[in-house]
Amino acid sequence: MDVTSTVLLVFLGVPALVFGVLVFTLNSMARVTFALLASLVCVGGVVTVLGLPYLGMVIVLMMVMEMVIMAVFMIAYMMNPAGLMPMSMLHNKRGALVISSVVFAALVAGIFVVPWPGHAGALPRDTTFQAGMALMGPQMLTMVTLGFVLLATMVGATVLATRRGRYDRFGDDLDQRPARDPAGGGVGR
Amino acid sequence: MTESGAWWTLLAAPAMLFCLAALAVAANSVLDARDAGRSAGPAAAMRPFLALPRALLTQPRRLPAPDVLLWRAGIAIVPVAAVLSTLVIPFGNVAVADLSVGVLWFNAMEVLTWAGLWLAGWGPNAAFSLVGGYRFLALGLAYELPLMFALISAATGAQSLRVGDIAAAQQGLWYAVWMPVAFVVYLAGVLAFGFLGPFAYPTGRDLAGGVLSDASGVEWLLLQAGRWLWLAAGAAMAVPLFLGGGAGPLLPAWAWSLIKTLAVLAVLVVAVRRLPLVRADRYVELAWVVLIPLTIAQTLVPALVDLAR
Repeated sequence: MDVTSTVLLVFLGVPALVFGVLVFTLNSMARVTFALLASLVCVGGVVTVLGLPYLGMVIVLMMVMEMVIMAVFMIAYMMNPAGLMPMSMLHNKRGALVISSVVFAALVAGIFVVPWPGHAGALPRDTTFQAGMALMGPQMLTMVTLGFVLLATMVGATVLATRRGRYDRFGDDLDQRPARDPAGGGVGR
Repeated sequence: MTESGAWWTLLAAPAMLFCLAALAVAANSVLDARDAGRSAGPAAAMRPFLALPRALLTQPRRLPAPDVLLWRAGIAIVPVAAVLSTLVIPFGNVAVADLSVGVLWFNAMEVLTWAGLWLAGWGPNAAFSLVGGYRFLALGLAYELPLMFALISAATGAQSLRVGDIAAAQQGLWYAVWMPVAFVVYLAGVLAFGFLGPFAYPTGRDLAGGVLSDASGVEWLLLQAGRWLWLAAGAAMAVPLFLGGGAGPLLPAWAWSLIKTLAVLAVLVVAVRRLPLVRADRYVELAWVVLIPLTIAQTLVPALVDLAR
């Protein structure tokens, strides 16, 4: 690893940790969410510097969308009024402290215990292709299964959460057109 | 072949983006003047830029208990992300940095607008402004997935995420010709992440300006600049993605890039002016029921062509 990469890693890694700490010390839901986002964007940068630009950029892309949507839900569902009041991210402090210390110790021990493989051969020009082959080649079945499980979970959760079904929309004989929907859609069904 | 430019392109690319955005603003103003029956001369073109000194001198407005830090961060993110997105857009045969994951970089910068606009809505501690921010997220959930599939179509066609490769892969036939759905959806996406024209819902008049309602002075200026910068960046990105980049007869590559970018920008400005505002709840159903299946089918076309090759 050359000097530039090391400097970049420090300049991305330290803010990632600082923002991570801020997540648990700030007292506004919006600030906490965006501190977490800043931390994860730094992590995306770290992954990019480590030579996996595709995964790094995907982390940035996905985490921005995810954290912004999460901000909406966290502010809507916080126990105090609408998440707009000062709050704390710390709950079950003693238990959380024990669990997080153990996990942290285990991960740090892992860094030193695991026999990391050395470089075999030259670095590929474009690691995106290698990452794709590793995920979609021998692990294709896993990925397909995962995809279906995720989709089924989302559809199932939505079906369980919604009170309305097709009989509410289309009437008892399913012949009512247009459907009776609480909000008008754009395609006039 | 696209190559990465010298250090000065790092300054030239944002400067060109600003010029393109200013041109779009001026053209919009001239068309405004023509529609209003005023003379459509240079005075009409300069008219929106008078807001610049006015905005810089305006006394800032503040409501009680704003979240100034998040507000400023959000407002800055919108134009800054637009400028950063130009890093990977080739002009002629030169890009500032022709990253191996260029398409993803553009997409990630564009998604940063989500965070920027929501924060810009959240910051002032005002209801209309906040609703404006939420409206952009609703719109984002509608436009983002079709836009991603449109980008994936182009990347699949070239079997590369490098923008230069995508431009080079269109020798002979533009992607706009044989991936028209992806092209149109991409252009709609550009209007949406610029929150202009039919997608100006977050700044709707029914909300007294939405995210813009409590922005004054420099804040207002940065948000307005951000949306036109995004329009210009989107137009510039359409050229390598769907219109063959700098390829063309007789003229040099940079000239073709410029001509095509200006043409796309003109189309977008006309679309901004002509198309009616669409509510997010209406567009979300159109996007999920019609556009996502269409764009997935569109992505299948280059995938099958690649397999047959």
